[in-house]
Amino acid sequence: MTTPVEAEETLGADVGAGDRPWQTIVWNDPVNLMSYVTYVLQKIFGYSREHATKLMLDVHHKGKATVSSGTKEKVEGDVAKLHAAGLWATMEQP
Amino acid sequence: MKGWRRKGAKVLAEFEQQEAAVLRGLVSQVDDMLRARGDEAPEDELSELTGIRTGPSESPHDPVLSRLLPDFHRLDPDNPSKEDLDSAAALRSLHEPEVLEAKVGVAAEMMRTLPPEGGDVRLTYEQADAWLSALNDVRLALGTALDVAEDMPEELPEDDPRAPHLGVYHWLTWVQESLVQALSE
Repeated sequence: MTTPVEAEETLGADVGAGDRPWQTIVWNDPVNLMSYVTYVLQKIFGYSREHATKLMLDVHHKGKATVSSGTKEKVEGDVAKLHAAGLWATMEQP
Repeated sequence: MKGWRRKGAKVLAEFEQQEAAVLRGLVSQVDDMLRARGDEAPEDELSELTGIRTGPSESPHDPVLSRLLPDFHRLDPDNPSKEDLDSAAALRSLHEPEVLEAKVGVAAEMMRTLPPEGGDVRLTYEQADAWLSALNDVRLALGTALDVAEDMPEELPEDDPRAPHLGVYHWLTWVQESLVQALSE
């Protein structure tokens, strides 16, 4: 015989950190083309050319930009899509 | 190859035989590396049973592969926190299979649509997006191997061992830039 694992306790302990949104960061790198980065941001997130260009320029000039945010699951998916496209992306919970 | 142009719902370019051979050769080399990495994935009865694939939890040692498959967190190079390391390992194991599948998929699409003997290439927008990703993977691989910097000169000094390969890198850059421009028109 067995009893179900008490999941609630583990979930409960995590609630504080789980509430804060995660961020997707794109970092500058010497290979990716400015035009391609803009194109990828439009494609993956549905951003306007203007908004995608602004984010791309932040990556280029400041070294990084926050390109999306949300739940951990959403941001994980965003980072995986950006990796598939070849951008250098990471996630953090500030 | 004189650049991509858009015609209706297609993008077109013409490749010489030698250009097609170079591109196909590079794409298949990167594809081989990615597939070898995929074969490293742990196989266990649990994942067969559940259908949930898990990848390796460690970053690849090879610098080219590690650029193609970056960590999910920016880790402190000298003193990464245990929390970040554990989380990056878990996220890699969970997501690397889908990233690899995407990369192998775009490489296959490019090989399908670029005839070995060269000639006319006609792509739908979807195929063109696959080309962009595959071209980018090849540029990342070559760029990492050549240790390119943002302000890379057109040519390197003759005695630099990287000099002969830089021309190919710049050509790939041009092919990709031209394709982005054709798609963004």
